[in-house]
Amino acid sequence: MRSDRTAKALFQAAAVVAALGITTLVLAATGAPPFAAYANIAKGAAGNWTVASDVVVAWVPLLLVTSGLLVTFTVGLWNIGIEGQITIGAVFATWALRSCQGAEVSPALAIALAFAAGMAGGALWAMLVGALKTFGGVNEIFGGLGLNYVATAINIWLIFGPWKRPGVASMSGTLPFDQKLWLPTLNPQSRLAPVAALLAIVSIAAIFVLLRGTRFGLKLKATGKNPRAAYLLGVPTWQYMMASFAICGALAGAAGAVQVTAVYHRLIPSISSGYGYLGLMVAMLVNYSAAMAAPIALFFAALNVGSIQLPIVLKLDSALSGVIQGTIVLFVILGEGVRSTLAARKKGRTS
Amino acid sequence: MRIELRDIHKSFGPVRANAGITLDIPSASILGILGENGAGKSTLMKILSGFQSADSGEILLDGRRADIRSPADALRAGIGMLHQDPLDFPPLKLVDDLLLGSPGPLRPDRRMAAREMRALAERFDFDLDPGAYVDALTVGERQQLEILRLLWLGAKVLILDEPTTGISLPQKEKLFSTIKRLASEGMTVLFVSHKLEDVENLCDSAAILRQGELAGTAKPPFDTGTLVRLMFGKELPKAQRSRAELGREVLAARGLCLDSLRLQIKGLDLSVCAGETIGLAGMEGSGQALFLASCAGLERAVSGSVCLDERDVTSRSHHDLKRRGVAYLPAARLEEALVPGLTLAEHYVLSEGGRGFFIDRRAARERAESRIASFNIKGLPESQVESLSGGNQQRALLSLLRDDLSLVLVEHPTRGLDIESTAYVWSKLKERCARGTAIVFISADLDEILQYSDRVLVFFAGRVSPPLQAESLGGEELGRLIGGKGWERFGEPGEAPRAAGRSEAAHA
Repeated sequence: MRSDRTAKALFQAAAVVAALGITTLVLAATGAPPFAAYANIAKGAAGNWTVASDVVVAWVPLLLVTSGLLVTFTVGLWNIGIEGQITIGAVFATWALRSCQGAEVSPALAIALAFAAGMAGGALWAMLVGALKTFGGVNEIFGGLGLNYVATAINIWLIFGPWKRPGVASMSGTLPFDQKLWLPTLNPQSRLAPVAALLAIVSIAAIFVLLRGTRFGLKLKATGKNPRAAYLLGVPTWQYMMASFAICGALAGAAGAVQVTAVYHRLIPSISSGYGYLGLMVAMLVNYSAAMAAPIALFFAALNVGSIQLPIVLKLDSALSGVIQGTIVLFVILGEGVRSTLAARKKGRTS
Repeated sequence: MRIELRDIHKSFGPVRANAGITLDIPSASILGILGENGAGKSTLMKILSGFQSADSGEILLDGRRADIRSPADALRAGIGMLHQDPLDFPPLKLVDDLLLGSPGPLRPDRRMAAREMRALAERFDFDLDPGAYVDALTVGERQQLEILRLLWLGAKVLILDEPTTGISLPQKEKLFSTIKRLASEGMTVLFVSHKLEDVENLCDSAAILRQGELAGTAKPPFDTGTLVRLMFGKELPKAQRSRAELGREVLAARGLCLDSLRLQIKGLDLSVCAGETIGLAGMEGSGQALFLASCAGLERAVSGSVCLDERDVTSRSHHDLKRRGVAYLPAARLEEALVPGLTLAEHYVLSEGGRGFFIDRRAARERAESRIASFNIKGLPESQVESLSGGNQQRALLSLLRDDLSLVLVEHPTRGLDIESTAYVWSKLKERCARGTAIVFISADLDEILQYSDRVLVFFAGRVSPPLQAESLGGEELGRLIGGKGWERFGEPGEAPRAAGRSEAAHA
């Protein structure tokens, strides 16, 4: 048992090293200095308090999204539509704030309403994918992908149409909200909102408990592993799938609301910032278990923030962080496959 | 081809599936391999046919050491295996199924293959058309196709794994005559079975495995008592037919019409009383599974009605019927009934639908321990269900049932189980009958149908016989009905069966 765990850790370490090796080769092939690039990423992610707090700013929506995806993965669904759910969550949150801006509503209530609206919007958008799957026979991957484009189109239409800035509409988004309606941050320069960080931590903790110790979580697991048997054992399977879509969508919507209320203070075209797809990678990397999600999400957030330095200092594209993240996920999954094959073979030989 | 197995060892974790098996099988003979479930028969055959490799030991073919690492290696060496569930490709044409595993050029010569297949089929009097599709064949015909395929690929050794499960009597007779003919032409046949009768009728010798070891060998004339003793290490009492008191009507199907892709059932009438056991006989795919699923609320009826305790439940959902005391146990245990990856304890939590948001782990563990003990399951509360043997999975399934059921619907309650587990499963089911539960079950095993049913419905291509008294129904008559003979006396198809179906008349 212990040697199993050691072997697993070794394989994962080897996978990270291999991923960095590939990235190094990619960098060398383009003539860029690899180690300077890594040093810059590290400096960009942890060099001073400002960038470190930016890492946490990126970590919050990523962790919210990952928490939600753990639920859909558990029930056996690939919620690719997560990007659209973040976007629609942001749209709903923006709508709530715009509605509150003119009215006599306390800022705290307005922000709370924005989060509630964002979560409801994300949940609705996710349940649309679920309804398409359950009642229309549309695979959730195709339905989700399609609705991602629809969500983007709605977002762009709002920014350039009904919600455009006075005068000329712009890619930089809607007019920023009244500063009263911003989620309070550590200090006026920082974008780090303690409430948002708390929300993310509470979410992943709640999902951890939900999947581990509750009847609801057990039924989700049973449905994910064998829907037919789960149904015959008395689990209302499609209702549980819908519920998991709703939970995941609500958390994605919360991430969208964080982006709107704490980070950008307005609706922008790329409001989801790719956190949905990144969350899918984190969920795969932690093998769909909640325990490791927080640290891995932090690492990915650090890579993202750290690589922002690259274009400025080294004239490299910041997409390098994506290369590192993608290769790490591939190599870890590959390593796990190789390890279990080897373990099976070894078991067959020795016993 | 002569096969020598020398000191074959194979373990799966702590389980010793084969522990030093040495066997010498002369060519042109039929060897029966007997043993209860988990005795190591399948493992030994999988090693010989390349699906698994032995931990140690060697295989000699005609005196030469053979290195068999994959099924392709085995086939090249002349060893072909016919699996219990035919490994064929239902969406393909027969000739393509034949060509699939064959070495040869990128573009196979289908016309020649079809010609050769036709010639082979003619030689063995198989009615197989190379241009037809595999999914149109019966289980028996699919076996014939597999045999042809292995012969065509040049097999000199044929391994048959439980080949008589799920095929009709005439098909079985044909299979046996084919096997005998192949052996007389020089083929070495290994016949794996847990049916003593089949081995006694067919084989030139028998090897009996018990707990991974060779318990002994036997030659004809076989003595059934000796074989049973070798298989189990003891003699088993024959299960007694016990008759429960019949109570009120539990299930009533009236004029039930069902429709699936391949067949239609028209006007089925059946009334089942509390404590009664109804056996559904017929070749696989004759409509019995469709009927059972419709009683469980898993299949919609086209017309007609299903009543449970005098209440119409015709288009109710399965969960609705479950709440009213109906249980459905499908044949595919790991595919449909249990959740691989979850533990026994988790299954009890799932099935009992207790209250509370959080799972009380200690209570769940205690409940699992008591169920495991009372159903004699070889496993722990934290054992994942896929790690259990087939017999223990079936026990686990039974242990998941609620106590207060009015109707239990079972597909193949003892398929793939050894005699001991079979007797156990039926003792548990009959216990329920005694407490007033009605049982409707499907079986391909004629003895099981005759031994445990009160009344029998025979299905043939969607036609359904009126309920027949099991006591007065002989095995031969049942076999003929399953094979589609002797149906004239029930009248035209589609016509509602006579009032003989009413249980009052039947039990008067």
